[in-house]
Amino acid sequence: MTTATEPAPIKARQRPADRVFAGASLVAGIIILLALAAVAVFLVAQSLPAFVADPKELKGEPDSFLAYVAPLVFGTIWAAFLALLMALPLSLGIALFISHYAPRRVAQGLGYIIDLLAAVPSVVFGLWGIKVLAPAVGPLYIWLTENLGWIPLFAPPASGTGKTVLTVAIVLAVMIIPIITALCREVFLQTPVLHEEAALALGATRWEMIQMAVLPFGRPGIVSAAMLGLGRALGETMVVAMVLSPAFLITFVLTSGQNSPTIAGNIALNFPEAFGVNVNALIATGLILFGITLLINSIARAIVNRRKAFSGAN
Amino acid sequence: MRLGSIAALAIVGSIVLSSCAANEEAPAGDAPESTLAGTIDGSGASSQGSAQEAWIAAFQIANPDVTITYDPAGSGAGREAFIAGGVSFAGTDSSLKDEEIAGGFAGCVADSGYIEVPVYISPIAVIFNVEGVDELNLDAATLAGIFKGTITTWDDAAIVALNKDATLPSAPITAVHRSDDSGTTKNFADYLNKVAPEVWDAAPADPFPYATGEGAQGTSGVVDAVTNGTNTIGYADASKAGDLGVAKIKVGDEFVGYTAEAAAAVVAESPFVEGRAETDLAIKLDRTTTDPSHYPLVLVSYIIACGEYEDADTAAVVKAYVGYLASEEGQAEAASAAGAAPLSADLSAKVATAIATIK
Amino acid sequence: MTTTTAAPAGITNSLTTGRLPKGAPWLILGGSWAVMLLVFMFVKAANEDADYNIAAALFFGTILFDILLTIVAYLVEGARQARDRLVTSLVATAFIIALLPLVSLLFTVVSNGLARFDLAFFTNSMRNVVGEGGGGLHAITGTLLITGMATLISVPIGLLTAIYLVEYGRGALARAITFFVDVMTGIPSIVAGLFAFALFALLFDDPGIRFGFGGSVALSLLMIPVVVRSSEEMLKIVPNELREAAYALGVPKWLTILKVVIPTAIAGIATGVTLAISRVIGETAPLLIIAGLSTSMNYDLFNDRMASLPVFVYTQYQSNGTDINNLERAWTGSLTLILIVMALNLIARLIAKIFSPKLGR
Repeated sequence: MTTATEPAPIKARQRPADRVFAGASLVAGIIILLALAAVAVFLVAQSLPAFVADPKELKGEPDSFLAYVAPLVFGTIWAAFLALLMALPLSLGIALFISHYAPRRVAQGLGYIIDLLAAVPSVVFGLWGIKVLAPAVGPLYIWLTENLGWIPLFAPPASGTGKTVLTVAIVLAVMIIPIITALCREVFLQTPVLHEEAALALGATRWEMIQMAVLPFGRPGIVSAAMLGLGRALGETMVVAMVLSPAFLITFVLTSGQNSPTIAGNIALNFPEAFGVNVNALIATGLILFGITLLINSIARAIVNRRKAFSGAN
Repeated sequence: MRLGSIAALAIVGSIVLSSCAANEEAPAGDAPESTLAGTIDGSGASSQGSAQEAWIAAFQIANPDVTITYDPAGSGAGREAFIAGGVSFAGTDSSLKDEEIAGGFAGCVADSGYIEVPVYISPIAVIFNVEGVDELNLDAATLAGIFKGTITTWDDAAIVALNKDATLPSAPITAVHRSDDSGTTKNFADYLNKVAPEVWDAAPADPFPYATGEGAQGTSGVVDAVTNGTNTIGYADASKAGDLGVAKIKVGDEFVGYTAEAAAAVVAESPFVEGRAETDLAIKLDRTTTDPSHYPLVLVSYIIACGEYEDADTAAVVKAYVGYLASEEGQAEAASAAGAAPLSADLSAKVATAIATIK
Repeated sequence: MTTTTAAPAGITNSLTTGRLPKGAPWLILGGSWAVMLLVFMFVKAANEDADYNIAAALFFGTILFDILLTIVAYLVEGARQARDRLVTSLVATAFIIALLPLVSLLFTVVSNGLARFDLAFFTNSMRNVVGEGGGGLHAITGTLLITGMATLISVPIGLLTAIYLVEYGRGALARAITFFVDVMTGIPSIVAGLFAFALFALLFDDPGIRFGFGGSVALSLLMIPVVVRSSEEMLKIVPNELREAAYALGVPKWLTILKVVIPTAIAGIATGVTLAISRVIGETAPLLIIAGLSTSMNYDLFNDRMASLPVFVYTQYQSNGTDINNLERAWTGSLTLILIVMALNLIARLIAKIFSPKLGR
């Protein structure tokens, strides 16, 4: 990379059109801030009663609001984590396959096929999950608990219907793979050709070239794509509501019929019949989900920024 | 890109928009005579969903200028929307709470009262899918044990004792309950709590009380889970049971399968909730009946409407529509479309009297 | 177990060649598949109950291939080449694994959806329909109108914000916007629906408000951050040299952005926007709350309940029970929804192709 010494900045002449354009883009940014402020005010105002309410009024009569929220928070993160665990390596593989392995003419078609998955709406994934996937993996779970039951993750008894957190995670993974793949692919394709050719010219195998040129260049993009996928997995509502069999407890078991519920799924399931302080409690969990995603995104930002020095852009 | 997607939407949109739904064009020939006109919205219990679809279709055909929407958002949402004045009528699986009545109704003329009438009676079926078992007899205590998680295998002594002839597998029971809050769960739990309180010690409520078994969303979710799972049992509106095995429950000394008549009978003989307005026909179901011609595992769903509407047209449509629901034709429509049990003649007359007070 | 692979032949002359013959990987792949298909046939023979599972056989065959190829390459070509081969085969495997659910899903939707994929579905609404017949025209129009409006709101705001962040934004405000866009990606869809409902109920003083535009606003909340983030990423990746070249030629900044930066990044932006649309077009929960449910046609975004395809699919599924008609309509609705997004995808790609500058790659 070139490290030219920067001269003192020269102020460019501002044309009217420049001001309009800069102003418009600024206004757009501010609209976002305002919209978010409105959502935040709404969420906080609606959540407050739940924090101070008598926990006995909440569903399941927990000891405290914390006890009510803990399984939800755990379940949300657990399901999304499992999904990302499955989705990320696969997505990277597919993105590399399309950008660097497949013949160029084939690659375009393949890219389109993967984008197709992104086009499938979540309610269809829900239908597929409950009608096709859950019955298909049910026997597998029974086999797992019978043969690998000594691993805590597969502790018996197995679910008789396949509606477990693992099934949900698989559906979520399938949902976020195209998102991660599409963004990673774009980033990989932007790798400077010179870097790649230099690596190959030094006798690197294709994998070594990818290791040396493509991956370091694409790292911020990969992290950001993964976070986008994770964000969707965390907030996914309908798939979880339709597929997961929830129970209010914290469990790591992947194959049981009792799974920790997720926040979004719980809101969807209980909102229609909720009344009084329970409505506030549900919105409060929404606020918490908000917070979780915020935290994860901040971590991702930190990683991306630390790596900025190595990236080719800017 | 921006222009592109707009253009694309515009093209696709204009193709679609240029055509009108074929079934919405004015019917050729002589339209039925009706002076009713207007749009009314309802919201509430999803259990009434299929019946409402059929009712609305029939009512709109008879009154072409009327549009009725029913949003099966859930009983709680329906009641809340009605109290806030968001909908003209609401459907609910549990009758209004005292504090809800005391709070008044924003959409009605102040202090004009309200009506609450049963229009939809549905037996709840205990459905099961166990290999090699076609018939199953259960009593309330056993049923409660299965769903509470104290009876865990199909060859448990309690089940075997009730089913001497059946070959029950020595497999774990997967008991499927509703994962969303629902009136069906509440009625199911109420039955178990009344008949077998020593086993089912949780107060009946919309959420499923115990952290056992498996949850599934909605009636369709439960039916799917029971159908696709292995050695499963669940509960659902009888009309949705389909080809699944349906357990008989013990009433008195006999095992009774659900029938519309048996469900109607238990409702007909149950008393009304006391201390309510005359137009409030909330029913206190007699779950502990020992008459084997009764099927006490039923769900009763109500319609809530204003005593007096601010808008006379709305009042006319609501009155005609709710009147139709409770009428013999309306009940027959619900029976054929949603497998509901009809209101008894006596109850039907009381409902009609209450509806007649709508202004 | 004896395999039919030609692999062992390569080992004998490894000292002289050091390179696998060109067809070897394919041969090993075919061999592994054949072996696994055989194994599964034996499993099937041994256990009558087991279904003959072609997908699983191919899956395990592919994994066997990965292992075999690595071993063979290690013996013949050495460690570095072996690692390269391993990654190559793993990458290809990842692709095949990802295809399995796609194929299963598409197969399910198409085979179930075709039953009602007829003229009636596209010319009828559900008004006065019980049981057989009926269609999804009202839902299709609703989805197009609501999502179209959401796109109209989100893409200008999102794209301009991305431009602000990449080209203009410095200092605290830009950092705040970046941060809060991240926050926005965390809005659960159902909360967006609740918010839109609360907002409009307050604005219009109507506690039962249901209208299509509210759905568009809720969807925009979900769509904007996706548009911003993907566009931002794509704009950032445009080499600074291009901008500097334009400035050096005296091109004003706004024209540089419009004519140089955006066209360079248009393919990525188009992908991002398409992804954003596909993310929201299938949203059910917020639309259930704010746009409601209707069985009749409604072209007016600002009045009355408006049906949309996801809500249509969901409610048709929810009320199926014994009635196969509802389920068939649900699958056909799903198929239609996928087809709509596919068409959008295709158009976005075409536009990206037309507008993006011809690069040397």
